[in-house]
Amino acid sequence: MEWYNLTIDGCEVRVPKGTTVLEACRMNDIQIPTLCQDKELTPSGACRLCVVEIEGMRNLPPSCVTQVAQGMVVQTQNTKVRAARKVILELLVANHPLDCMTCQKMGNCSLAEYAYEYGATGEIYKGEKRDLPIDSGNPFILRDPNKCISCGKCIKACTEIQGRSILDFSFRGFDTQVGPAFNLPYNESDCVFCGSCVSVCPVGALTEKKMVGMGRSWEVSKVQTTCPFCGTGCNFDLNVKDGKVIGVTSNPDSPVNGKALCVKGRFGMDMIYSPTRLTTPLIRKDGVLVPAEWDEAIALVAAKFGQIKKESGPNAIAALSSAHCTNEENYLMQKFMRAVIGTNNVDHCART
Amino acid sequence: MAENKRILVCAGTGCASSGAHKLIDALKVELKKQGLEETVSIVGTGCQGFCEKGPTLVIEPEDILYTSVTPEDVAEIVATDIMKGERVERLLLVDQVTQKPVSTLSEIRFFAKQHRIVLKNCGVIDPQKIEEYTARDGYAGLQKVLKEMSPEEVLEEVKKSGLRGRGGAGFPTGLKWGFCRQTPSDKKYIICNADEGDPGAFMDRSVLEGDPHSVIEGMLIGAYAMGVDEGYVYCRAEYPLAIKHLEIAIRQAEEAGYLGNNILNSGFNFKLRVFAGAGAFVCGEETALMASIEGKRGMPRVRPPFPAVSGLWGKPTNINNVETWSNIPHILRNGAEWYAQFGTEKSKGTKIFALTGKVNNTGLVEVPMGTTLREIIFDIGDGIQNGKAFKAVQIGGPSGGCLPESMLDLEVDYDTLTKAGAMVGSGGLVIMDETTCMVDIARFFLNFSTKESCGKCTPCREGTKRMYEILDRITKGKGKAEDLDTLENLALTIKATSLCGLGQFAPSPILATLKYFRHEFEAHIFDHKCPAHACSALLSYTIDAEKCKGCGMCAKNCPATCITGEKKKPYVIKEEDCIKCGTCIEKCKFDAITRA
Repeated sequence: MEWYNLTIDGCEVRVPKGTTVLEACRMNDIQIPTLCQDKELTPSGACRLCVVEIEGMRNLPPSCVTQVAQGMVVQTQNTKVRAARKVILELLVANHPLDCMTCQKMGNCSLAEYAYEYGATGEIYKGEKRDLPIDSGNPFILRDPNKCISCGKCIKACTEIQGRSILDFSFRGFDTQVGPAFNLPYNESDCVFCGSCVSVCPVGALTEKKMVGMGRSWEVSKVQTTCPFCGTGCNFDLNVKDGKVIGVTSNPDSPVNGKALCVKGRFGMDMIYSPTRLTTPLIRKDGVLVPAEWDEAIALVAAKFGQIKKESGPNAIAALSSAHCTNEENYLMQKFMRAVIGTNNVDHCART
Repeated sequence: MAENKRILVCAGTGCASSGAHKLIDALKVELKKQGLEETVSIVGTGCQGFCEKGPTLVIEPEDILYTSVTPEDVAEIVATDIMKGERVERLLLVDQVTQKPVSTLSEIRFFAKQHRIVLKNCGVIDPQKIEEYTARDGYAGLQKVLKEMSPEEVLEEVKKSGLRGRGGAGFPTGLKWGFCRQTPSDKKYIICNADEGDPGAFMDRSVLEGDPHSVIEGMLIGAYAMGVDEGYVYCRAEYPLAIKHLEIAIRQAEEAGYLGNNILNSGFNFKLRVFAGAGAFVCGEETALMASIEGKRGMPRVRPPFPAVSGLWGKPTNINNVETWSNIPHILRNGAEWYAQFGTEKSKGTKIFALTGKVNNTGLVEVPMGTTLREIIFDIGDGIQNGKAFKAVQIGGPSGGCLPESMLDLEVDYDTLTKAGAMVGSGGLVIMDETTCMVDIARFFLNFSTKESCGKCTPCREGTKRMYEILDRITKGKGKAEDLDTLENLALTIKATSLCGLGQFAPSPILATLKYFRHEFEAHIFDHKCPAHACSALLSYTIDAEKCKGCGMCAKNCPATCITGEKKKPYVIKEEDCIKCGTCIEKCKFDAITRA
């Protein structure tokens, strides 16, 4: 591997060729603010907040898309750079609703965090603000286009992670919006509600609808777990407040899925508290399903299997297993059918 | 007398919209009526350049120019000029200095001071006939290249000519070709950028309409030099005539064997197609243009990789603008040394400018690089309209800037203009007189950039809007003391941090205007006055009691009914109700109302 030596804020650093200036800074614990950058997405260089000064380059290049070069001299915190970042933040805040006290993103909002650090109030460029309708017509995602900072990460997540390409920019300039084609609400578009867009939104433009009002980010403890819905093994964080699960958020370090989840994993965890949830086996007695003990239920199934096999032979029995089960469970099912029952009549719901 | 005469009627978009086609029809009828249809030919040409005086026609071989010709004038032109060889004096152009009519092209200063290389055929040939192009050495450059030169030699010739990109940035064309040529790939593309979008600029449209084969020949030569077999012309859909002429030209070139496979038996293949853009200014930016061809939203992307490495469909691509391509055949036909004799040390050749605004002669002018602004405006342009004083010239469209009178002797080339705070850009020259408010002009260009920003990067999307709002506030008399600092700081940040050229140069109209006309901003903010008397919110109208005869015409016509008085006594304007429309001034016969 080829290595480059460069100077960042006066310190000599050594990074592999092909590293971006932003990555080089992060490797060396130098903090650079970013809004449109995400390691799971291709870089776009759109928000311009990560600008730095590099000797010999005109203007202030964005560090997220500038590759390091041998001998490069980078300034990440000088007056010029910080002043430019402040102007960019002032511009964003000037066109952003300042209803932080009721915003679900409070405590976890990148814009608020940087505005605080750089002292951007939005006062200096006060002028016209967007006034667009909020998209709340679906049960999962709350979309407030007035809070959107047009970073484009949701568009990339929809295209590059989920492969759906439901979202894109529409209109131009100050009127630029992000949304499904023809500006349809999510529930009228082809959106499958995987929520990848929500997982990358740095502000409160896209939030988990069911979590609104349920807890502030600092009140919530995150518990990493494996999704119980299918055998893929996606990880996510259960958001727990006062001992109760209030929702699910992506855990970017999940080895299988990264930030990606499906609608069931991300938005289906309210089944935990469903009053209709089955908690015991049920046995039909005289046409009515009656709760039973596990031992009784298993004994009944075993007896019935034995009886069918004896009377009609093993091929009178077939098994269909579910994508809800893990790989190991599916393996056990076919092993049981072949070795214990003695039939090859096995199938799986995801086979077709 | 009438034998071998040709009547060249300008049928470019400008003259077509002022009735050129009806004129051609009337000429055909009249010539037939006089039995001259065999001896006199009528040619519908591309733009002759003199759009201000359209429709125009030129009678060859004497090169007589008639201006503002209507179908009613046709009988007289045929009877007097064509048949008797005498001039129809009332249709000749009047020289603004001598106040005498001038008849031939060489006498007219608008044409005499120009040096036409790219526009050589525009307004002279019928652009819908390939034989008219080949009769004037058309495709001779291509033949020479394919028969006598290697691709490397072509590249070397273009480098030696010193040609720089005419799209605005002025990057050396030969160098750019070299980058594309040296990138190894199984497939490469070339593109002609015909997404001309600067307000007031129409040189590319005129070249495509009036001489489309010159662009095709230029692209063919480029394709040969760079090892490319496929190209696109990205032309805005608002140019239907340009697209039509280009498509006719491509078909004719294919039939004649200049396009397609094994061109002129050389083994060289090249396919060319037209792509109509949907009308976004930003698609003139090369990466946005390529995204648009690929069917994506036209938004620029970060460079590198540059198009020469990864362009259209991810393949190495070279993009040049119409005027650049159109220069190529002339360079290869006449040699790099011939071309390099025109222009300045670092900017070779000629440049076409679209001369518009408060100047007597508006239209397209082609001059050698290094011609002074004064020559262009006062010799070719014949000075300022209505004897008013010159105030500023806006160069380079929304990415350029306004230069004051003290810069008139600047020799126009890429480097001098950039240094002065403007840019060559696509070549728009908007002339302003003393009645133009410079703050209002900056506001106009910012309004354009605000609307045309693609919305991708924060500084351009949000910042242009805020700059516009501040300027709008100043022109309405609501400017604040700190506005100039806020504006300047914002402008410099947008310039330093925007993603593409559109954003980086969107603040130029403000920065240049602040540099040269800061006093006008200050007058608006601190004195609540518009020195040019153009910003209506800052005007006040008063009636001079001594001059007022009490006729009541002002009050009768005032739409806001804010003028009161008795007949034969001085009238009074109630200022708080006045909407500053200026009707009273127009109606007063005694010059009793003043605007300040």
